Amino acid sequence: MARAYLDNSATTRPCAAAVAAMTKCLTEDWYNPSSVYKPSVEVFRRVREVRQLILDTVHGALCDLYFTSGGTEANNLAVLGAVQRMRGRQVVAVSSVEHPSVLAACERLSQLGHDVRYIGVSRDGELDWDALEKALSDGASLVSVMQVNNETGWLLGGERLHDFVNGRALIHVDGVQGYLRVPFDMKWADMYTLSGHKLHGPKGIGALVVKKGVKLQPQHVGGGQEGAVRSGTENTPGIMGLGAAVREMVDMGPDMPERLMEKKLRLIEGIKRVVPEMIVNGADPTASAPHIVNIGFPNVRGEVMLHALEGDGVFVSTGSACSSKKLKVSAVLTAAGVPAREAEWAVRFSLSPHTTEEEIDYAAERVGVQYDLLKRFQRR
Amino acid sequence: MRDVLLVRYGEVFLKGANRPHFLKVLTDNIKRAVKPLGGHVWLSDSRVYVSDFDDLNATIDRVSKVFGVYSVSPAVEMEKDIDVIAAEAVKMMAGYSGTFKVQGKRSDKKFPMNSMEIAAEIGHQVLEANPNLKVDVHKPQHRLMVEIRDNAYICVQEIMAVGGMPMGTGGKAALLLSGGIDSPVAGYQLMKRGVRMCAIHFQSPPYTGELARDKVMQLAKKLAWYSGGMRVYLVPFTRCQLEIHEKCPDELGTLITRRFMMRIAQRIARDFGALALITGESLGQVASQTMEALCCTDAVVDMPVFRPLIGLDKTEIMEIANKIDTYETSILPYEDCCTVFTPRHPVTRPKLETMPRVESKLDVDALVEEAVAGTEMVIVEP
Repeated sequence: MARAYLDNSATTRPCAAAVAAMTKCLTEDWYNPSSVYKPSVEVFRRVREVRQLILDTVHGALCDLYFTSGGTEANNLAVLGAVQRMRGRQVVAVSSVEHPSVLAACERLSQLGHDVRYIGVSRDGELDWDALEKALSDGASLVSVMQVNNETGWLLGGERLHDFVNGRALIHVDGVQGYLRVPFDMKWADMYTLSGHKLHGPKGIGALVVKKGVKLQPQHVGGGQEGAVRSGTENTPGIMGLGAAVREMVDMGPDMPERLMEKKLRLIEGIKRVVPEMIVNGADPTASAPHIVNIGFPNVRGEVMLHALEGDGVFVSTGSACSSKKLKVSAVLTAAGVPAREAEWAVRFSLSPHTTEEEIDYAAERVGVQYDLLKRFQRR
Repeated sequence: MRDVLLVRYGEVFLKGANRPHFLKVLTDNIKRAVKPLGGHVWLSDSRVYVSDFDDLNATIDRVSKVFGVYSVSPAVEMEKDIDVIAAEAVKMMAGYSGTFKVQGKRSDKKFPMNSMEIAAEIGHQVLEANPNLKVDVHKPQHRLMVEIRDNAYICVQEIMAVGGMPMGTGGKAALLLSGGIDSPVAGYQLMKRGVRMCAIHFQSPPYTGELARDKVMQLAKKLAWYSGGMRVYLVPFTRCQLEIHEKCPDELGTLITRRFMMRIAQRIARDFGALALITGESLGQVASQTMEALCCTDAVVDMPVFRPLIGLDKTEIMEIANKIDTYETSILPYEDCCTVFTPRHPVTRPKLETMPRVESKLDVDALVEEAVAGTEMVIVEP
């Protein structure tokens, strides 16, 4: 078992309230929200409450919300669904460090003949604004950028992007890593993706918030649920779990992100104290998301550090996946110009509001111990 | 009258006085293979039969993978009455067209007709009934087999099986199982010769992770199917690797590592009761598999080391891996136990004489002892 779980960007532990809400839904309120007798109508009402709750958190008074099976489906729906409702060949601009669920959807658009522009990102997580301007002046009709980068914590999508695009294209923001940990307002975007299991809710539930008037081609057709944009009986246990998790996050108060940032800085400080040669990959930590930091430990492969820490009950992840033939390094770090050798050293630590100071201090201490051991054994 | 599966065995025929023992083992193995499907298995008159199965295709699939089985045929069993046999033969051949031949076999010499007469009579009746068939006794497209034993059996389909020798008749050995493509194939090749084996896997945490271990367990499970279970010994190997990395010349690192693996494997193999080690080495494939390197690794053990892949090319090995369904698992990208430790320029022609001097900086016995003591044993069910 984990003594320090610092991989909250992979998934989070479902909170007790979410588990309770799901259990209640599975055991008592299991009726189909589309049926017309009283218990069903009651479930329908609860689903509507969760929908409204989430819309309120992103100031989405003029928005619809479609529940999906998670972040991937919501991103697919936003990118494919929006472009498929437009006439002719479209120019689409995405950052080169998007999640695969956006990049793969864009690849499909390319195959269909659309013109996809990949906008580069600097080492500090700054979008290549000139390239974006070029795409917009070439008539880009959709811009898709993530709110928070999952590997580095870069803040990419938000008010600045909105001002820059200035109504020239639809904006989709993938908020899977940012929702509720970095404030968001739907006046900055036309579509916004969120996912339940990144914020102590269950897996298998997510949502796409869409400004009224934005037309989407459904990717699932059938019984016409979710305004016919996403057919299929609603995942009511998932929705109830998501609702409970969101409620709990909201109840933590508006200064929760600040407290999260303090924890992240404490972790960085703690690691720096025991490994002074560590490198923070990405932007200045105070200028990035409050819960993600990517750290390189010179001359120790991230994967080895991960397994060493795993042995001490500290769970983290790497930016790189090792293959038996060749080392594959993080596409995000590479896209941002981090040299391949340094990208190999990357370890991602991701926190949640539930992360304790004890976990942080323990993790930092173990990092120091393991680094001292591992740095002795380098490939010659 | 009933449907049975007729099972022919291959090389077991050649065993003289030991034949009854081999046949008993074979029959038991077939029983174990069909047990989940609920078939009845018996040995009679140089054939093994399976009856009372629910799913013919699943039964064929399982029986044809039992080592020692040469081929199987879905057959009909009936009384020894030439008219009954002829009527069934006509029924069986009704859907066929092209050329055919009837092959008679009579081990019950009290049956009034001899093999030739049986073939002629049945052939005549089938030909009469099915105008789409012609006789070709030399190269027939279909071969209708009629066997007169305790009962009469007819069959036309023959499905080739794996062959080899019954599992458990070839002694016990220990397989060095890495997680790559070669070692599971090496294990399979010797299992096919009836060898029962355990697997030995070296782990190097934190340089290898849980996924690498899971992968090896998946491979062991594939092999365990053939032997009805398998022991896997998981050896903690990090300490040895770190010591070698620190104290030995880089270019000899892999070779010294192999020597440690062999020493540790021999200790575990002895405890398991094995008489030999099995590795997946193929001559010249990598630096540690040159003839000189193999001499250096063999020098630290007294047991014979079997290398069934020694003369195969990588493509040939991959072909077998695909056939036994280990390839997809083997190429999963976990591992490598030690890219950190792989020398950039390993020696390809090492000299055996230099080994003791190089290893003198290491406390070989203590390292081996520590690894053996820390070894974990897991039983993998088929």
